[in-house]
Amino acid sequence: MAVISYREALRAAMRDELKRDDKVVIMGEEVAQFNGAYKVTEGLLKEFGPKRVVDTPISEAGFIGLGIGASMLGIRPVMELMFWSFSYVAFDQIVNNAGNIRYMSGGLINCPIVIRGPGNGGTNVGATHSHTPEAILASHPGIKVVCPATPYDAKGLLKAAIRDNDPVYVMENTILYNDKGEVPDEDYIVPLGVADVKRVGTDLTIVAHGRAVITSLKAAEILEQEHGVSVEVVDLRSIRPLDEETILASVRKTHRALLVEENKPFCGVDAQVAYLIQSRAFDELDAPIHRVSSIDAPQIYCKRMEDQQLPDVNRVVREALKVLA
Amino acid sequence: MAKPAVLTHPESLKRLAGPSEYAKDPANASMSKADKIALYTKMARIRHFEQRCIRIYQQGKIGGFLHLYVGQEAVAAGTISLLGKHDHIITGYRDHGHGLMVGMGMNECMAELTGRVTGCSQGKGGSMHYFAPDKNYWGGHGIVGGQAPLGTGLAYAVKYMGLKGSCFVFMGDGAVNQGAVHEAYNLAALWDLPVVFVIENNGYSMGTSQERSTAHPGCLAKRAEGYGMAWDVINGHDVYEVRAKTAVALKRAHEESKPTVLEIFTYRYFGHSMADPDKTYRDKEEIKGYRENKDPVLLFEQELLREKVLTPELSQKINEAAMAEADKAAIFADESPDPTVADITKHIYWEEDNRGPDTTSRGTIIFE
Ligand SMILES: Cc1ncc(C[n+]2csc(CCOP(=O)(O)OP(=O)(O)O)c2C)c(N)n1
Ligand SMILES: [Mg+2]
Repeated sequence: MAVISYREALRAAMRDELKRDDKVVIMGEEVAQFNGAYKVTEGLLKEFGPKRVVDTPISEAGFIGLGIGASMLGIRPVMELMFWSFSYVAFDQIVNNAGNIRYMSGGLINCPIVIRGPGNGGTNVGATHSHTPEAILASHPGIKVVCPATPYDAKGLLKAAIRDNDPVYVMENTILYNDKGEVPDEDYIVPLGVADVKRVGTDLTIVAHGRAVITSLKAAEILEQEHGVSVEVVDLRSIRPLDEETILASVRKTHRALLVEENKPFCGVDAQVAYLIQSRAFDELDAPIHRVSSIDAPQIYCKRMEDQQLPDVNRVVREALKVLA
Repeated sequence: MAKPAVLTHPESLKRLAGPSEYAKDPANASMSKADKIALYTKMARIRHFEQRCIRIYQQGKIGGFLHLYVGQEAVAAGTISLLGKHDHIITGYRDHGHGLMVGMGMNECMAELTGRVTGCSQGKGGSMHYFAPDKNYWGGHGIVGGQAPLGTGLAYAVKYMGLKGSCFVFMGDGAVNQGAVHEAYNLAALWDLPVVFVIENNGYSMGTSQERSTAHPGCLAKRAEGYGMAWDVINGHDVYEVRAKTAVALKRAHEESKPTVLEIFTYRYFGHSMADPDKTYRDKEEIKGYRENKDPVLLFEQELLREKVLTPELSQKINEAAMAEADKAAIFADESPDPTVADITKHIYWEEDNRGPDTTSRGTIIFE
């Protein structure tokens, strides 16, 4: 197994799928000649040529809508958004068109489109560029959303997304692009809707997704070393479909839950997870569920304050100790 | 209406010889010696501010994105120097030059870049999100093209209030392909709004040359014809030409309440942002050609030396003062405090910041 970066894992997934299926097309701003704003698509133009790897103008509503239309006729576009924040100018296409067409046609039309790109804060670029739209998009039936936290999951989830016959929105994280991990060379997928227990424990369940998983794993280590607590970390990986059983199984074992996400708290992903736990495992809980999310404000620019706005290891440890008290 | 004088790169690389043919245009002839020196000073201040920013970014004190205006100074300077009390300005994320032109201080601008509470947006907006509404400057917008409808709305408000004014909407050559821009064009033309859309055509949107991004009938401004709008193209290396042609559009806005699209040819010397290594999509020679032959600050300096408005000594003094001002701003930014954690949840809602017996809503509005 090779050790590669999250960025390389995403690229490997696209390479594999470009080779496997000639209907796969990569499209987006700066993805071809410039090799990607974040170099995720580096080398793909050279290898697959301009028919398969296409630069677009700065017209998200136009090119994303075009991708959705092409997918209706069987093309499998993998569209890059330079930031998920820019999806907002294409919201109608992404939500109204991609999310509703199958339903409104009574199942006659499919939209096998993938839209991918970074959807994270923490990079000191201010409010307009720091949105984390997984919760708002996943709240629309018809849409699937995944948030890989590791190179292995990034490759496996993206490949699964490309083969999926529904719109799948893959939210990456620029801060994770250089993270390295073991990734098989051979073909594999991570099925959508399967969570992963990233750390086994007995005293507390932390449920997280995206970079919050990495933060939670670090916090779990500190909780173990400094406080002698055994923490289980459940990585959702997929927001919709949601692996309810893995979450419940963990809570039934530890009897305590802390939910960590980088979203703002109101109607965040964890609001749904908290509802799930109390509705199906209420009697199993020994303490109220706690959450750690971003401080509820548009993303602040000041780097020092943005680091405080996002969930950090200290805040997760502090909140975990409250659940354990 | 002007013919599309398409300025291709080789053509525009020729050095301008002799005085600007727009020196005697009323918009420029009407300027006093002091006005001209003030205009030159402002251009030099933008140049030195931006160059100081590079160092601060390299020291790691500015993070995120930093889009520099170096090379494009004559666009903001030429247009904004014409504006009056009821004329408004809005632009994209390459917004420092416009900020300094409307009269923002270097201190507040620099402190914003390093995220300090003394910054123009109290460290909340950053490089892409400068604002100075007291100076009719409505930002600083990070989303490409997002400012076009807003600026059209500012012009609508000016007209609604019966004022003789306008709104200048600045955007890049890549922004013209955003749907919002076209919707704004249509509204401005349909409702006769006093908007001047200024396309700062620097030839590239990130690593994409203008030819690779845009279908157009000879030049970007000509798209205005599809909406029945007036348009013009301008050599943005000559601040006199910018002023002369912008004055016509401004008059159209003031006298007839009609929109105009201006395409101003310009060039950025540095990468798209400091994060762009700028190694793949354009030649070093091309950049050198612009720097040596078309530099808007140098060309204006030469113009003013020829006119004997400037002397070499005065010019040196102006540039040294601008550098010193930028140095001071850097120190101010260094010594200023950060916002606090409590500041993060301020300025979200007017109501939350002004809670009292007569505010209208109840209930939780900011969540734990
Ligand atoms: C809607 C949206 N899409 C993409 C981006 C990313 N982006 C920022 S600037 C830029 C290039 C814009 O080029 P241009 O309009 O020519 O302006 P310039 O940078 O040359 O001043 C891109 C693609 C963005 N900020 N907003
Ligand atoms: Mg440009």
